[in-house]
Order: sequence, then structure tokens, then C-alpha cells
Amino acid sequence: MSMNVATLGTDRARRLRAALTALLAVAAVVGAPFYFAPFQVFQLTMVLLYAVALAGLNLLVGFGGQISLGHGAFFAAGAYTAAVMLDRYDTGHLATLPVAAAGCFLLGLGFGVPALRLRGLYLALVTLSFAVFLPPLLKRLEPVTGGSMGLTVDKLQPPAWSGLAEDQWMYFVVLAVATVALLLARNLLRSRVGRALLAVRDNESAAEVMGVRLSLHKTLAFAWSAMFAGVAGCVYTWVIGFVSPDSFSFVLSITLLAGLVVGGLASLYGPLLGAAFVMYVPSVAQDISEAAPGVVFGLLIIAVMFVAPTGLAGLAGRVRGVITPLLTRTKPSAAVRTPESEPPSAPPAPAETAPADAEPVGAPPRTEKE
Amino acid sequence: MRKTTALRAAAAASAALLLATACNSQRGQDDKEAAADGACRGQQTTGITDKTIKLGGIYPLSGPASAYGAISDGVSTYFKHVNEKGGIDGRTVEFVVRDDGYQPPKAVEEARRLVEQEKVFAVFQTLGTPSTAAVWDYLNKRKVPQPFVATGASIWGTDDEHPWTTGWQPNYVAEARIYAKYLQEEKPKAKVAVLYQNDDFGKDLLGGFKEAVAGSGIKVVAEESYEVTDPSVSAQLTSLARSKADVLLDITTPKFGSQALAADAKNTKWNPLHIVNAVSASTTVLKPVGFKNVQGVVSATYFKDPADPQWADDAEMKTYKEALNKYAPDSDPANQLNAYGWAVASSLHKALDAMECPTREGLRDAVRNLKDVKVDMLLPGVTLSTGSDDAFPLETMQLMKFKGERWQLFGEPVDTRKEFGPPTK
Amino acid sequence: MSAVTEVLQQVVEGVGSGAVYASLALALVLIHRFTGIVNFAQGELAMISTYVAWQLVASGMPFWLALPVTLAVSFAGGMLIERLVIRPVQAAPELTTVIVTVGLFIFVNAMAGLIWSFTVKDFPQQFPDGGIDLAGVRVDWSTLGIIAVVAVVMGLLYLLFQHTSIGLMMRAVACNPASARLSGIRVGRVLMLGWGLAATVGAVSGVLVAPVLFLEPNMMGGVLIYAFAAATLGGFDSPVGAVVGGLLVGVAETLAGAYVDVIGADLKVGVPLVIILAVLLVRPQGLFGRAAVERA
Repeated sequence: MSMNVATLGTDRARRLRAALTALLAVAAVVGAPFYFAPFQVFQLTMVLLYAVALAGLNLLVGFGGQISLGHGAFFAAGAYTAAVMLDRYDTGHLATLPVAAAGCFLLGLGFGVPALRLRGLYLALVTLSFAVFLPPLLKRLEPVTGGSMGLTVDKLQPPAWSGLAEDQWMYFVVLAVATVALLLARNLLRSRVGRALLAVRDNESAAEVMGVRLSLHKTLAFAWSAMFAGVAGCVYTWVIGFVSPDSFSFVLSITLLAGLVVGGLASLYGPLLGAAFVMYVPSVAQDISEAAPGVVFGLLIIAVMFVAPTGLAGLAGRVRGVITPLLTRTKPSAAVRTPESEPPSAPPAPAETAPADAEPVGAPPRTEKE
Repeated sequence: MRKTTALRAAAAASAALLLATACNSQRGQDDKEAAADGACRGQQTTGITDKTIKLGGIYPLSGPASAYGAISDGVSTYFKHVNEKGGIDGRTVEFVVRDDGYQPPKAVEEARRLVEQEKVFAVFQTLGTPSTAAVWDYLNKRKVPQPFVATGASIWGTDDEHPWTTGWQPNYVAEARIYAKYLQEEKPKAKVAVLYQNDDFGKDLLGGFKEAVAGSGIKVVAEESYEVTDPSVSAQLTSLARSKADVLLDITTPKFGSQALAADAKNTKWNPLHIVNAVSASTTVLKPVGFKNVQGVVSATYFKDPADPQWADDAEMKTYKEALNKYAPDSDPANQLNAYGWAVASSLHKALDAMECPTREGLRDAVRNLKDVKVDMLLPGVTLSTGSDDAFPLETMQLMKFKGERWQLFGEPVDTRKEFGPPTK
Repeated sequence: MSAVTEVLQQVVEGVGSGAVYASLALALVLIHRFTGIVNFAQGELAMISTYVAWQLVASGMPFWLALPVTLAVSFAGGMLIERLVIRPVQAAPELTTVIVTVGLFIFVNAMAGLIWSFTVKDFPQQFPDGGIDLAGVRVDWSTLGIIAVVAVVMGLLYLLFQHTSIGLMMRAVACNPASARLSGIRVGRVLMLGWGLAATVGAVSGVLVAPVLFLEPNMMGGVLIYAFAAATLGGFDSPVGAVVGGLLVGVAETLAGAYVDVIGADLKVGVPLVIILAVLLVRPQGLFGRAAVERA
């Protein structure tokens, strides 16, 4: 990263602050399983796991602009790959991950090809019918999948040297998977592929004119995205130790999409927030109304969308957008000029300008800076 | 600078996450499990004191299976009613209900919440085969009793690796045997068409039926399945009608039960003997079809249907209806699921009464050592019996035929153990 | 019964289911034409309208009075929902609106369960029992009745879309709200009208199918999935397409489920999926849809 001499001083301070934040974040994330009760560690594990699936969906929907209501199916494919391998072939947990990832990547690739012809709504509904079709198919393939009774497999066990409890070990494993997955998603987006995707999302024809190979990138987006969902599904089997066709009804697909939109489309950490929403809000809803948790849950979804139309990630940005200018009046807008600097996340402009990482779909393309 | 954004994002997100976890509940203390003294030394007394007992149940209160949430109303009402009368052996029952939306991962989460955070004495009822299968390994590992699960899959009783888990309702295989026995006596050459729900429930019942009629003159000539997400089963009925079978075995859940009965009534060219399984045999299922359309339908049952006028003056039924009106005024007393909840809760009451030690181990042993225990909400002649290798409390049912505006029981209660031996895997 | 009449009987059965799907698909098409979104709550709104009708009838109102009252209530309710629930997120990305309708779905479904419980309700059947016999094929009056009503609704929608100024306005609004506003169309009113009309068509669908499917809060959940399939197949902006799509889906899945053993009743839901994929690969806008022309 080259550096502008004029901003050197503030830059050092900022770096220090960044390092400190990072350290704190890492400490918190690593320390969590030792502070919280096992049950809560399990909940955090589930959040991380859903975040992986949502990050994958985000590649497709948030950055690729294609809507999928069938990601529960890829999730299920990953989960069943792991379960069948563990149950029939006793392969050990780690071996299932690459197989599930590769399998779902290929499956996604296969789906990406017809998806090229379909647009928006039509693609969404075709993928939805795929998600509807999967549970009966799993039931039909009883000799392999165990039919409607499902399969019970061993959970991930901590090795003796770690000295960790089952939940803690699972947390760290899933944390590792999630970190790799989220970093991968981030790097994908920073790469040529990501730029191409954004260009396609924002204006297909223009992107094509500029030499982006449309079909290749759209198909790949589908494949990557399916792979993430498959990895999440595989890890799900490790954590829950049980799969059944009815665990993966089309409701799961809709929940995933809802989680992503609630968390924040096209945002890097939207998936984490969305996963937390999917994980925690139903039980909060039940605490509020025991008689009909669904009433509260439905209302909460609507309420979040009212308050944060671009998702919770966007909400954080909005608040920052209002507050930061007040705090740092002296901050020069010079940063915007250099190509190396961060995107103007908090311009002293009107509050409704969402931060760069939470742009609504269809917003004008922004310049990528490395 | 990109890095900073990402870092800040990560920090913000993890902070939000941890905050959510922390706010969600106080930090649980897991390592302090209580143990008993004296004769019951070393046994677990978590969730039970001299004055209280804490139970937790997991039901679908939201989502596609929320109809079954009504069971929790029946159970809660029963415990409230008992508490008012002085509790179970002087202990006040606290019953915590959690919602899993019929999703196994959610059931796992809620089971762990109940055990680790709420510190319940027992997980009294998980509903549905998927949710129960998802949590029973965990509960057995933690040595938490999981008595009387609300699903009739035969696996709960035939498995020997889960001593802490027991069934309650007659398992689907046992029920299938009742119908098989009835047909063998009434129509030994019957050709049977089967409509079944494509899940563990339908498959178990159909499989049990086929096994029970194997080698006899009864043949299954057509079978059609449906998914719970299907809007209607009328196309399946049309297919089944082609078989010209003389018996229709209808293995459905309530809405589909009504649809199948109506479709059968509409088809005047095909008039098979319609056997509807117990899940859909409630009068609340038959009434919308029109009583004139369901005359002669056969089913089997084991507890008193609150919508059936013949129990209107029954003492237990009156208590049940009064209690439900008092403690759950929004619930419909005629709903058979509420009565189911009441019946299963009073069964647990008997098991708790029979505990030698007021411990989890005590409950585990009591639940597996029931000998002809009478429960007032069950049919006369139907009793609870278990053994160390038999985790099916109820295996007796009685046949009934619909006549006029109500079910009429006929024959003696059939004990399927005596007739067919224990169910096999 | 000969093999031919048996097949015809299955076709009639398929047409019956198809008409049920089509009835809700019409509401989906309507809302899409007006607002450009896909409404996940459409089926649940239809369900709750049906409960309103049921409640009115149960409290002693004659059906033929209860019906217009229900339709009026649904119309008002639809407009109210647009105003209260959809309008606040109108400026947000389209997906936000879609997720709001998902929230609405969950809310309405749970609400119905809370108010009316999950016990099956009998809904008064308006068509006579029995049916006619056409060369050995039994056709119920109720099936004929549903088809007739669906045809009428389809015709009315066609007229609305093609031959009224409202149709023109809503096309303008769905196409480009900003330009529509500039040319003097009151966009808000058009959108409200769209929601009101869709809710009314949904109410017709619910009242129509309730005697066959039996009324309970999840009555329309399964229908919604198939109605989506019907509308996708037919093209999301054509009422004729919705009906043709519904009938195709109904007949195809019934025949495949009954006669193709490999498929069977459990996998018949895959048949519409395959047909939709095949059709959309050739005509991405559906059978009767208009291809959207994009301006680069």
C-alpha cells in the first residue's frame, strides 16, 4: 500500500486504532467459548454456520444480482454429503468438507447454466421449486439417505490434546471454517471476478460491452455461492449430528434469503448480522409472546425492514453516517482523492446515503480501489 | 485502509453478536449439577426439590406444524390444575414450553436451553419424529429423562441404546396391527388401497400394516403418498379408485384426513370400507366432511375424544373441560390434541408418583416400570405398561365405527403385544 | 371403466387442481402487474379473507350476503396493507419489499392460528353436490364451478389490463414510477388499488377452494407454491398465462403422478419444475409473458 505523505500522521494513529480494534475483536471471539455457557457457545456456533451460508448467498444475490430461493437445497446437499459419508463410509469429519464443497460447487455450476437464461423473479421461483422438490427426492433415495427417518451421525469430537469441551472445540472449528469462508468471499469480491460481478449487477449490457464475459461470471457466481451453502450444510451435520429431509424444506431457503436481506445485501458483515437475526430472533419472539411467536417474528421482520431498508448492516452505517461527521469535523475529505484510501464511508452528505458496503442493489457502480 | 473497514466491520459484528448472546440470557452455570443423599445417593436431583419440579417441553408453536402446539396447552392446563390441588406429591410443577417450529436444529437448541440453562428435571415431550431424533442422543448422553415423546414412531421403543427416552402413544406399527387384525376377521380376502403421508409416520404405519398382513389373504393393491406441503390429496384418491380395492386405509393428518374422507364420499362409483387412522379420527376432522358422508368409517382409539358426546358426562372429561376453560380459555376443549396433552400429562403424573427416588434416575426407572397403570383420560381397558426392554407404554387400542353423529366403540380393547409380540425394528 | 376413461378421469382431476392453482395465480399476476413485486403473503391474505367469510356465515349471515361483504373487506384490507406495510419500504430495494411480504406471511399465518385455532373448519359449499357423467367420466359440479369462476375472473382481469385507463396507468407505474408520476398519474393510489384488487381476487380464490381443501391456517401455503409455478410458467404478467399455466401444471403432475411409476405421487411435484425449466429456457418470459425490453 503506497502512502500519501500528507496523511502519514493520521494514518499511523488510524493504524494503531485498527490494530487495537482487531486485537480486541480477536480476543473477544477467541475468549467467547470460555466465557459463555456451553449452550450459548452452541448458539454462537450456529450463527457462524449460518453466516457461511449467507455469505455465499450474498455473493449471488448481493453482488451478483441474481435471486435464489433455492439455497436451502445446496445447504441440504452439503449436509447430506457429510452425513452419508460419515454414516456409510465412516470417513471422518474433515474428509467430508472438501467433498461437500466440491460437490456443491459442481451442482451450482450445473444450475448456473440454465440460470443464465432466467431473470430476476423467474430465476427466484425456479430455484424455489427446486427447493420444494428436494425433500421428497431425499425421501425417495432411502437406501442412501435413510429416507424420512433421516440419519444420525457422530458429532465432531474434540481431540484429547486440545483439552476443550465438545462445544468449545466445535466453536473453534466452525470459527475457522467461517473465517476462511468470509475471507474467501471478501477476496473473491476484491478480485477480477468480484469486479466483473458488480459490473454485471449494475449494468449488464455495459459490462458486456466493456469485455466482461457475462455467462462465465454469472455461472461462476452461482457455483461459488452454492459451494458456500454446501460447506455450511456440511458443518451443520458436524454440529447437529442429525439430518432429515424435513429439516431442509423450502422454508429454510426463504429463511436464508430473509436473513440475508435483513442482515444487509452486498455488505461484508451483513451475513453475520443476518445469521444472528435468524438464530436469536425466533426465541426472542417466543419470549415476547408464548401464544403465537409467529406473530411477533413476522412483525419483527417487517419492523427491521422499516427501520433499516438496506438491512442491519446498512443501519449501522447510517448511524455512523450521522454521528461521524459530528465527531470528526476536522477530518479532511482529502482521503477521497487518493486511489489507495478507503471509500468515503461517511461523507458529510445527507444521512440516507448508505455506506459503501451496504449499497442497495441496483445502486450506481462504485469505483473499486485496491 | 480497506483493512480498517473490514476490521471495524468484524469488530462491530462480533460485538453485536456477543452482546446478543449475553443479553439473550444470563450466563448459565453448567457445572453445578445437584445430587441426592441417602438411599438415592449420587443420583441427579437437578430441577427437583421438595417443593418444586421443573419440566420443559418442546413443541411447534410456529411454522407449518403449529397445529400440534395445542398439545402444550393441554399439558400446561393439566399441571396448573394439579398445582392448584397441591401439586404432585407436594411439589409444584413448573412447565416451560419452548418453540422449535418443527425444525430439528431448533429443537437441539431448545433442548440445550432447557437442560443447561433452565435446568429442567426432565424434557417432558419433544414433538415429532425429526425433532425427537435430533435431541435424543444429547439427552441420553446428559442422562436427562425424555419420557413420553409425542410421536408414535416405533423406533422409540425398539431401540436399546437410549434408556432415558420412552414413547407414549401406541406406536404406528401397533396401530397398523389393529387394523390388520380387524380385516383378517372381517374381510380375510380384502384388497387394500393405502393413502399415506410421505414421512416417518406414514411409512411406519404402512410398513407395520404390510408386515402384519404378510402371508394372509389380504393384499395391498395400491398405495399413494402425499407431502404435507401438497394442497390436496384428491388426485391421489382418484388414482387409488382405479385399483377398485374394497378397503381404503387412510393414513393422514387432520386436514388431509378431511379431504380424503370428502373425496371418498364424492366418488359414488367406488365405495370401499374406509379405515381412517387415529391421528385423523377426531370428530373435529369428520364433522366438516358432513356426518352423512362418513357413516361406517372405521378407526381405532385409546383416549377419550372430547368432541364425542358419549363422554360428555364422564368425570375426567368434565374436569378437563372446566380446567381448560379456566386456564386456557382461548383453547378449544373439543380439540383432541388438548385432550391428548391432558392425557399424557396425567400419565407423567402417575410415573412421577411412582418414583422411588425423587431423582432423574428415579423417573427413568419409574417410566420403564409401569404395570397396568390406569389413566382416566384413556379409554376404559387401556392402561400403561412398560418394562426395562419395553418402552411403549400404550399398545392397546379399541376399534370404533362411526354411526349417526358419533363413534361407537366395538369389540374388546386389543392388546397388540399379545396378538403379535413386540414390534421389531 | 376403460383405460381411456380412466385417463380422462385423471385429466379432469388435474384440471380441477389446476383451476385451484390458477385462482391464486391470478392474484399473483395482478399484484405483479401493478407493483412489479412478487407477494409471498398473497395466499395467506386469501386465507384470512376466507376466515372472514366463514366467521360471517357462522354468525348467521347468509352466504350470498357474506360474500360481497368479504370481498369489500378484502379490498379495503389490501389497500390498508399497501398503505401501512408496503408504502414505508417503497423506496427501498425490491428485495426488501419481498422480504416484508415474507414477514407478512408469517404474521398473518400465526394470527389466523391465534384467532381461529388450527382445527379444520367446514366452509359452506355453494355448488351442488354430485356432478355430471360425461361418457363415464365423472365431473363434479364444484370442479366446473371453480373453472367457471376462474374463467370469469380471468376475463375481467384481461379487460382491466387491456381496455381500461387503469390498466394503462398501472402499466406505466410498474414500468417506471418516476415517469408515471411526472405524467400526472397518482402512483400511490394506483399501488393501493393494485393491492386492494389483488386481495379481492385472492379472497375469491380462498372462498372458492375452501370447501374442497378445508379451511385451516395453512390452507393456502401449498397452493401458493403451485400458484407460483403456474404464474412462472404462464408468464408473470398475463392472466391468460396464469390460467393456462395452472391447468398445465395441474394436469401434468396428476398424470405423471398416476401413470409414471418412476415418478409416483411423491415426486410428482418435480414435473412442473421440469416443464417450467424447459419452457423458460425457450421463452424466459413465460408462455404468455411479454419480454422485458431493457434500456442499457
